[in-house]
Amino acid sequence: MIAFVRAIVARDLRLAMRRRSDVVSALFFFIIVVSLFPLGVGPQPELLRTLAPGVLWVAALLATMLSLPRLFADDLRDGTLEQLLLAPQPLGLTVIGKVVAHWLVCGLPLALLAPVLGLQFDLPADGLKTLTLSLLIGTPALSGIGAIGAALTLGVRGSGVLLSLLVLPLYIPVLIFGAGAVDAVATGMASDAHLSLLGALALGGVFFAPWPTAAALRIALE
Amino acid sequence: MSNRLINWYRFASPQAFYPLAGRMIPWFWVLAAVFGVIGLYIGFLVAPTDAQQGEGYRIIFLHVPASWMSMFIYVVMAFWAGLGLAFNFRLSGMMAQALAPTGALFAFLSLWTGALWGKPMWGTWWVWDARLTSELILLFLYVGFIALRSAIDDPRRADNASAVLALVGVVNVPIIYFSVKWWNTLHQGSSVSLTKSPSMATTMLWGMLFCALACWMYAIAVALMRVRTIMLERERNTEWVRAEIARGEAAEA
Repeated sequence: MIAFVRAIVARDLRLAMRRRSDVVSALFFFIIVVSLFPLGVGPQPELLRTLAPGVLWVAALLATMLSLPRLFADDLRDGTLEQLLLAPQPLGLTVIGKVVAHWLVCGLPLALLAPVLGLQFDLPADGLKTLTLSLLIGTPALSGIGAIGAALTLGVRGSGVLLSLLVLPLYIPVLIFGAGAVDAVATGMASDAHLSLLGALALGGVFFAPWPTAAALRIALE
Repeated sequence: MSNRLINWYRFASPQAFYPLAGRMIPWFWVLAAVFGVIGLYIGFLVAPTDAQQGEGYRIIFLHVPASWMSMFIYVVMAFWAGLGLAFNFRLSGMMAQALAPTGALFAFLSLWTGALWGKPMWGTWWVWDARLTSELILLFLYVGFIALRSAIDDPRRADNASAVLALVGVVNVPIIYFSVKWWNTLHQGSSVSLTKSPSMATTMLWGMLFCALACWMYAIAVALMRVRTIMLERERNTEWVRAEIARGEAAEA
């Protein structure tokens, strides 16, 4: 079982490495969106420090969402997905493997990149630490919940916009607790409660998402 | 007992349900009108003027029923969707499809009347209160459901895919509600809250209940009308729909 999941993860990672531009463009989208805000609202450090948690988290949501269609679309196009559906291993395991690979390619780089962008917003050191930590904990939930939306919109016309309509409302709790953790540190409170809830969301998201995702994949391919 | 079970299953087929729905619709319209007149009569003429809020509070007689219905319809919709996913009843997906626009309408009405109420009472059209925010997100969920449905051409696949979405949404609604609530209490000081309403006069409560019943009957009537149209559209290649249309044309001529 573990070997199967590992094989899926390794395969998806290898495919992503062969096509690095997809990964990098999502990251640059993140950087550009975050950099637009100081240009839009003005460079006052006070204002930027207040905005930083929300802006960075919303940009992370959008960047994750942009990379979601890749999760299944390429496999559908070349027929791999059908083979995976026919495999003796449960489809849920395949989904878990793909979610893990998606996080490694998308969520993890976002979290590692965030402190650098946080510096642009004049965040103090403990704010940067919490920001990175909250993104590390929270982005698996984004990948998990996003997989449901990606599977539901597979092969549907106008799937990009549709995906955002379906997934963004479901992302709201992650956004609230993720940005809330950084905000709490900024106002001198402990961020433990937020981070714990974020961890619960991530565990729940990754654990429960494979079932609806697998159901949606079967519906898409029947 | 077995006889009754068979009867219930009979109405799971569109062909049997279509005439039944047609017979029920006028009754629900009548009930909606009667309850609505009673509720509005109590609301506008019997219920006393509120001590703090004056006459403006009377929008409650539309606002609260609309909020209730928007949440209730989502659960009913998810129930039908789940039933369709589990047992492959043709009718279930159609019911879910028919309920979604009504639910979205009530969610929108609830936000709109809430804004109209908030302006004179709180001095603002909108506050990021927990209830307002979660109602807004509920509207987003309805919109997502309708959008996913209409993006998929094959009705069977549309049924199943939107059913999965509705079920995911219904699991998420409590999570969203509590996260918004905690977010709000963590961030803002105690602003105006909808929850601490003044103890309500009994007549007001009765007026609200009758208005809620009227909204409920209206929702059923409209959903049944819509489901009848959906049935005709989806089953247009079957014998019974052809017979139905021929009958309608004969009646017109």
